[in-house]
Amino acid sequence: MREIVVISGKGGTGKTSVTAAFAHLASLQAGAMLCDLDVDAPDLHLLLAPDRAETHEFRSGYEAVIDPALCTNCGLCAGLCRFGAVRPGPRAASVDSMRCEGCKVCVEFCPAKAIGFTEKHCGQWHASATRFGPMVHAQLFPGEENSGRLVALLKKEARERAKSLGLPLMLCDGAPGIGCPVISSLSGAGLAVIVTEPTPSGRHDLERVAELCRHFRIPVMVIVNKYDLNTQNSADIARFCTEAGYPIAGLLPHDDIVVQAMLQAKCVTELPPSPFSEALRGAWELICSHTDAAPSPFTTINKA
Amino acid sequence: MIYAIASGKGGTGKTTVTASLAAVWDRPLTAVDLDVEEPNLHLFLNPTTEAETPALMETPVLDTERCTLCGQCAAFCQFKALSVMGKTLLVFQEMCHGCGGCLALCPEGALSPGGRELGRIVSGHFQAAGGAQAGFFMGRLRVGEAMSPPLMRQVKALLPKTADADILIDSPPGVSCPAVNAVMDADCIVLVTEPTPFGLHDLKLAVEAFRPLGKPLGVVVNRAGIGDEKVQQFCREQNLGVWAELPYSRAVAEAYARGEVAARVVPEMRTATLALMARMRDAAAASNSGEVHHA
Repeated sequence: MREIVVISGKGGTGKTSVTAAFAHLASLQAGAMLCDLDVDAPDLHLLLAPDRAETHEFRSGYEAVIDPALCTNCGLCAGLCRFGAVRPGPRAASVDSMRCEGCKVCVEFCPAKAIGFTEKHCGQWHASATRFGPMVHAQLFPGEENSGRLVALLKKEARERAKSLGLPLMLCDGAPGIGCPVISSLSGAGLAVIVTEPTPSGRHDLERVAELCRHFRIPVMVIVNKYDLNTQNSADIARFCTEAGYPIAGLLPHDDIVVQAMLQAKCVTELPPSPFSEALRGAWELICSHTDAAPSPFTTINKA
Repeated sequence: MIYAIASGKGGTGKTTVTASLAAVWDRPLTAVDLDVEEPNLHLFLNPTTEAETPALMETPVLDTERCTLCGQCAAFCQFKALSVMGKTLLVFQEMCHGCGGCLALCPEGALSPGGRELGRIVSGHFQAAGGAQAGFFMGRLRVGEAMSPPLMRQVKALLPKTADADILIDSPPGVSCPAVNAVMDADCIVLVTEPTPFGLHDLKLAVEAFRPLGKPLGVVVNRAGIGDEKVQQFCREQNLGVWAELPYSRAVAEAYARGEVAARVVPEMRTATLALMARMRDAAAASNSGEVHHA
């Protein structure tokens, strides 16, 4: 089974619109297991309207809680906490759950044994059915941590389900950035499709996220969205990609059809053909032929 | 006053708004990029760099001579950064959160503090409104490093503490721990969104995440006119102030693509940004005087 993860570094370049269209195109072939790995601000469900068949709690990590009846207000925990999470009080200290890292240091060293350690319920995840096939997705509760672990859990579930359903492809919408959830989403991926735009931010963030893929030896293909916004920048990005050994999968024009499709909760490829949707179909064909033909997932890396 | 520019959804225009505000801000200012995974503010403010220093996280270094393989550190570590395998204690530097627990716990003194590079902190200055010099700070996460909040904490620790200088924070997207870390010390939060279903959905998440912080919260609707009216409707229902509506224009998008600051080159953006600045100051001041009354 192949695993394709759509990422971008910079947010708002069009990852989700591209992933949803690919989900549609894959459903016309052998189908795919769909996966929204942006567990912090997931949007893929807005286009795919999943019918939730299962909902599960996501529990991960712990937080310290001080029992004011037992606390002697000695101040030791505040001195030990590296995260500034202990708030002094007139009679007892308390823990700011927003800052608590769940490291257990205060719990361990409290001389009065006044600090408890409770497991956190950080979010929930779902297994659903969509018009393009099965989908797993999640929502981390606002302000929570451990997004990387939730991403890893979703990927494990998606792999098992894809295997039992005999699906040849897992198609994942990733998160912006290069930190913990993105690293987690790249684990085991056969191809990262990076969606960028011809702006200084798009270019800068493409370079960093592509370097991350190289670090983890994940082959990369690049899509330049809104390429006609600045054709000089697009040409520079194309040159950078060629030199670094990242094939360009497609150049997509700046087109308000993306927002129009979003307003109708549809994929751009479900609307009447447009230059944007045709470019996207071309990109999908290239991505399919590239991954089919690639003898080793490390081809791109070794060449560079 | 500290103002954080945040958003649920990425790419809605946080950096455009922050750079525009920095360009018109007529008081002493420090601009800070806390989107350490993908910092972009410097691409628009073009700061002169004065220093670039590595930011380290304190992680354990093992003295194998002293280690008795008792395993207390491994049993304690919540992040599985230590493990006894046969006759060795393995230290997984990348897993360590830098809590210092193992260092404090080891009965043999076999673990001493070392450092893992989280990234770099860049400091400098840039030209703000009227040719005045303003401070600039940026955190840049090392590619391959998973944890951004510890780097953000180190950048925040460097910020000027004087009350007469304002601070503008360009925050990371999302509503989980990195985003909350960026806005938690602010006096006022500006949420930048766009009038689309994605923009609305992620704005709702951001309001849910940030409202409990009890800080003044306002919304900037960027690219107004591209989608529908549901963001504005949501703001009315939630009693959330829409502090600016920045109309969509190809001129603004092209200026951004050239690395230009919208408020410097597009007159309507300048007017709208000045009005936004006034709304932010009013909201922060009202909330501050409210605190004085409560005390």
